[in-house]
Amino acid sequence: MKWCRLAASILAASLPVAAQSDAALIAEMQKLKGAVAAAQSAGDNAWMLTSAALVLLMTGPGLALFYSGLVRKKNVLGTMMQSFIMMAVMSLLWAAIGYSLVFAPGTPWIGGLDFAMLRGVGATANSDYAPTIPHLTFMVYQMMFVVISPALITGAFAERVKFNALLVYSVLWAFLVYFPVAHMVWGTGGFLNAYHGGVVPVFDFAGGTVVHITTGVSALVCALVVGPRRGYPQEPMKPHSLVLSFIGACLLWVGWFGFNAGSALAASSLASSAFVATHLGAAAGTVAWLAAEWLHSGRPSALGAISGAVAGLATVTQGAGFVVPFVGAVYGLAGGFVCFYLVVIAKHWLGYDDTLDAFGVHGVGGIIGATLTGVFATRVVNDALKLASGEAAPLGWVDGNGGQVGNQLIGAAIAIGFAVVGSWVALKITAALTGGLRMDAREEIEGMDLVLHGEEGYNLEA
Amino acid sequence: MPIKKIEAIIQPFRLEAVKEALKAIQIEGMTLTEVRGYGRQKGHMEVYRGREYQVDLIPKIKIEILVTDARCEEVIGTICRAARTGKIGDGKIFVYDVGEAWRIRNDERGESAL
Repeated sequence: MKWCRLAASILAASLPVAAQSDAALIAEMQKLKGAVAAAQSAGDNAWMLTSAALVLLMTGPGLALFYSGLVRKKNVLGTMMQSFIMMAVMSLLWAAIGYSLVFAPGTPWIGGLDFAMLRGVGATANSDYAPTIPHLTFMVYQMMFVVISPALITGAFAERVKFNALLVYSVLWAFLVYFPVAHMVWGTGGFLNAYHGGVVPVFDFAGGTVVHITTGVSALVCALVVGPRRGYPQEPMKPHSLVLSFIGACLLWVGWFGFNAGSALAASSLASSAFVATHLGAAAGTVAWLAAEWLHSGRPSALGAISGAVAGLATVTQGAGFVVPFVGAVYGLAGGFVCFYLVVIAKHWLGYDDTLDAFGVHGVGGIIGATLTGVFATRVVNDALKLASGEAAPLGWVDGNGGQVGNQLIGAAIAIGFAVVGSWVALKITAALTGGLRMDAREEIEGMDLVLHGEEGYNLEA
Repeated sequence: MPIKKIEAIIQPFRLEAVKEALKAIQIEGMTLTEVRGYGRQKGHMEVYRGREYQVDLIPKIKIEILVTDARCEEVIGTICRAARTGKIGDGKIFVYDVGEAWRIRNDERGESAL
């Protein structure tokens, strides 16, 4: 008791509350609120910059290694370059105009030019998208998505397309497919935007529709228009190094935490939820693909394991931050099984040469993920969408909103439509501008590394 | 004394045993090449995302040893014992007459060049 009294008297002496005016108190409170906001912003910004770097890691070295290990060794550098060049070209394109066309206010189909050349994109947050981080952080995070997207498509026409054709096609593809679809789903006022005045609300947490459906379907169009590799499927075309592919797939898995958990746009509990769902998706995708393979051909392969992981990750992307974390495993199982049967069995019946299975993994995984999100999205996990009453709106079928499955399918169908038409037009224009998409027969036999780049990946005599 | 070249194609995993056995009978030099080939031992099947590849050419080790005619039988016997597993794929040995042998360092020729 004595100590308590003593403490109270010291406290009273050191806090001359009575002497302080109300104005000073309010100023003090304001300062405190500012400090709290700054602390949250610092935490969120740290995670989002980390996430941006993680997503870049997915393209190079992740995808570059994953893809280049699957091709023949005469094409190893050419295949790596197809991913790496996107880190340069798409980044510049995004900063110059892409970011604006996706995220600036505009029409329901495409954004305006307010943010062209990053005008007005600075330290102040854009409250439409991410109110606690600098607008620049949001911009650079989204940049990494447009970097990996055309790199994913390159799997479809690996080992045969000219470098100049790749560049022209990728830039055209960004304008005709990625920018409009990304604006529709994520941009303010976009036709499919569930949060900012969309007509058909689509839930796409991290790009299942925007990235994986658009790239996967575009990949199929590319494989059909470009045509198979010379000698396919009679000549053997074994992957030259599954070791490279293995390292690449592991880096993709790690980078995907930035892709999906980062899409919470804050270092929040939602990010944790998306992180766990993503991880379980990859794990279940691995198990599903391997189990199917084991049953089908008697042996579980390393290539099957890593393909299953990527299929699971592509599938869970759309729902990562909308579903109960354990449901991530359902996405992974579905993605792993279906993609296995498509890639390993159906593709050989159909006869097209989607060389590295960009459609079979990303397109199919994306469509499954879009559909499942209509079923499993729940306000228990993501309460950002509010009813007029201020309550969290029901999201998917599990919340009693069965119609959302239809909305998700409409979103997927629009993305597929843009991918098919946009890619076809982009390929035709590219062929006209570059005098044909492909290397000629002699060049294709010699390989991309020597013909396109004047180098070899493995100089054993050096 | 004529010189013979013994060319032995063996299973890669028997290389150490063959080297040890040859050392034990004072054969101190050899030239080794990693080769691929097939004979009666058929290759194997590899499967990548459902595409099957019949791999015929499987890795072998080719050892070349030069010896005098007098030691030829002994060396062949040693290699056979060390390399043998009793299964198809153990390899083959070929023996050639060598026209001339020459040591680059000091122009020694014939037997003394070995």
